[in-house]
Amino acid sequence: MKKREDHLKDTSYTLFLGCTVPVRALNYEIAARKVAGALDIRFHDIPDFSCCGYPIKSISHHAYLLMAARNLALAEAKGHSVCTLCSSCGGSLAEANHELQEDKNLRQRINEDLYGWLGLRYEGEVQVLHFARILHRKIGAEKIGGKIRADLSSLRVAPHYGCHYTKPSAIHGRAEDPEDPKSLDELIRATGAQSLSYEDKLSCCGGGVLAFDEQVALGMAQKKLEHIHARQADAIVLICPFCNVMYESNQKKIEKVFQKEYKLPVLFYPQLLGLALGFEPDELGLKMNRIRTTDLMKKIVRRPA
Amino acid sequence: MIYSKELDSNFKLLIAKEPGGENIKRCFSCGTCTAGCPVREVTDRYNPRKIIRMALLGMKKEVLSSQFIWLCSSCYTCYERCPQDVRIPELMNAIKNIAVREGYMPPAMKVQIELLSSHGRLLEVTEFENDKRKESGLPLFQGRTEDVKRILKELGFYHEEERGPS
Repeated sequence: MKKREDHLKDTSYTLFLGCTVPVRALNYEIAARKVAGALDIRFHDIPDFSCCGYPIKSISHHAYLLMAARNLALAEAKGHSVCTLCSSCGGSLAEANHELQEDKNLRQRINEDLYGWLGLRYEGEVQVLHFARILHRKIGAEKIGGKIRADLSSLRVAPHYGCHYTKPSAIHGRAEDPEDPKSLDELIRATGAQSLSYEDKLSCCGGGVLAFDEQVALGMAQKKLEHIHARQADAIVLICPFCNVMYESNQKKIEKVFQKEYKLPVLFYPQLLGLALGFEPDELGLKMNRIRTTDLMKKIVRRPA
Repeated sequence: MIYSKELDSNFKLLIAKEPGGENIKRCFSCGTCTAGCPVREVTDRYNPRKIIRMALLGMKKEVLSSQFIWLCSSCYTCYERCPQDVRIPELMNAIKNIAVREGYMPPAMKVQIELLSSHGRLLEVTEFENDKRKESGLPLFQGRTEDVKRILKELGFYHEEERGPS
């Protein structure tokens, strides 16, 4: 247990990218590494990480635990806590971790296969945290607020929490109330931007059903785009690459299917934070954002260094 | 029409033995899950209360062969709200695990198993991605891992000999 407490004080993390970030959300990774550097968070990389196991959970719980445990074992050998950028990876790894830490017999069964097939063992000593949780809890809104170098006060942005960042709350150590989360709003306000409330703010992006029923998934995402559009937000701000697939990559398709026009820019939180910290848009991968951000960029006033 | 002769009263026990399905018998059909379900809001094809009721009644074949069990978005809204701690998203996974064992694997999952076995991840990191990473000053990726294939092979989800040339 002592080891786990030590991890809490440390600001070195092993970065777990998962499947979606390196291929479909490189801008998220670029911005996250940039702001981490500015806030003295150190990332370590393990090039051999694989899928977190989430997709396989519906096929076999055992296979899912093995895939998650493989990644956790690699992280444990490196000695740092795991930081995820994807909320789904974060939820999946944290949930497997929770099961393996709580149930010694289960851990033993998983380790038999893990060692027999892959020569790995997991002892349950790793913590899994989402990057936004680290920013909120370990760095804190106050410290972030003290480093702001640009005026974002005329930006009106809509926070999208997504699901696996807060739920199930029991496996995230009840970090915050899943029915009334505040961390992303506080992180947004720390940048100076306005954090908007809107109808069904906590609703799911639909990403989980995309592979099974595209129309249903698009319908779910459309509802939120509609509610945010009604508030005339400058952007939606999110913290998960798969939510981004729904709101940004699929936004044109949603507009076509539902005969609407949104043109709503989508920012990853580290991009918003990076702009506030004074980084250039190019340093934050903003040219990779698919919905034009030029209008919202005009609202940002840079302060002389 | 439901015919009692066709019901399998052991189905709920089978589910209760599956990881995630343990609490199925606690459900008293209050419908809190369905009332707050974001999938249900856009389609009436997904109704968790009805699925659980069907499972408790023993409508094994109807549940396992259905497409609706695959429509849960795993948002965990119902998980947090269920007064009986039925843990519905995990329960759906338990039912899906049984469905797969009984031969009802949806095509989308076959594709995902193929991708995971080939690349160790759902999306392949090719030279193109690694070039972009290099340009952006990011550490390079090892494109694949054989470990995931090994896990899926050992558990009988991946059969190399059945694969055509890639």
